[in-house]
Amino acid sequence: MNTADQYLKAIYLAQRIEEGPASTGTLADLLEVSPASVNEMVGKLEDRGFVDHEKYKGASLTDEGLERAHNALQTYCIIERFLANVLEVDEFRDEARALESVIDDTVAERLDTIIDRPSDCPDCFDPERDYCERLEVGPDGCAD
Amino acid sequence: MSLGQRVSSDNQLTRLLQIGVVLEELVESRAAHHLESLPPTERTAVDEAVRELLAEAATESADHRERLEALIEDLEAETVPYEEINALVDAQYGPPEDTDGVLYDQLANEETAYKFYDDLIEAIEASDAEFAIDRDRLLETLTEIREDEREGVEDVTEIMEQRA
Repeated sequence: MNTADQYLKAIYLAQRIEEGPASTGTLADLLEVSPASVNEMVGKLEDRGFVDHEKYKGASLTDEGLERAHNALQTYCIIERFLANVLEVDEFRDEARALESVIDDTVAERLDTIIDRPSDCPDCFDPERDYCERLEVGPDGCAD
Repeated sequence: MSLGQRVSSDNQLTRLLQIGVVLEELVESRAAHHLESLPPTERTAVDEAVRELLAEAATESADHRERLEALIEDLEAETVPYEEINALVDAQYGPPEDTDGVLYDQLANEETAYKFYDDLIEAIEASDAEFAIDRDRLLETLTEIREDEREGVEDVTEIMEQRA
């Protein structure tokens, strides 16, 4: 997943957490980068028509941005679910975060052929706990 | 969240190699399923080239899997057994409608594998991390496998063009 898609996914999650525009601070925390980096990338995404940015309020996804963010989050859900259910990794949330930049959408689509993903994915993703709330294992990899 | 494509630890490398093994197991299993899924009348109609292509893909994937497993073993980790992945393929498998569908799936397999190894090689080269296995051996193995996948894409494309 490329950097732009990771940002769009973070804006989507931040909007859900904040129930409004995504603030620079929240995005910087989610992405573990500086606020200056966030502002620079949000500007680029705005130029590409994926984001509307309002000063002192934050960033909101446009319809086009929302579609890409949805796809990016689905890719992320596939990686998490694959790590948890197929490779049986307990720290699947940490590892998914570390791997998402190296795993392409096409690779995730192939992995998706062997995992049982809910049809309403990614709406069941819990942005606060950073994992799919319908994943059979708990957030720490232990069976509920 | 980790921005930037690089592999920075043995653990991350191991996971990616394990994913590579699963991708190979998927190719192997789907190729076998495709042949079995075609109804007997279709099966006889499948020309020899397609049958050979699927058989070769399965053999090549098994070879790639073994080479990746050797690297993973040196990283002191395990891989998911083929039988487990085969069972998962079984559970979710929807057979393609016809031979063209089989070929498209095979093309997607080869292209995905190529993209995976290409990204992985790039991410390893972008990193200055020291791994528990020899970097040259790692890159040599992955580069050779990537080359096989590139040839695989060409082989499928060639057959598709012949059938068009």
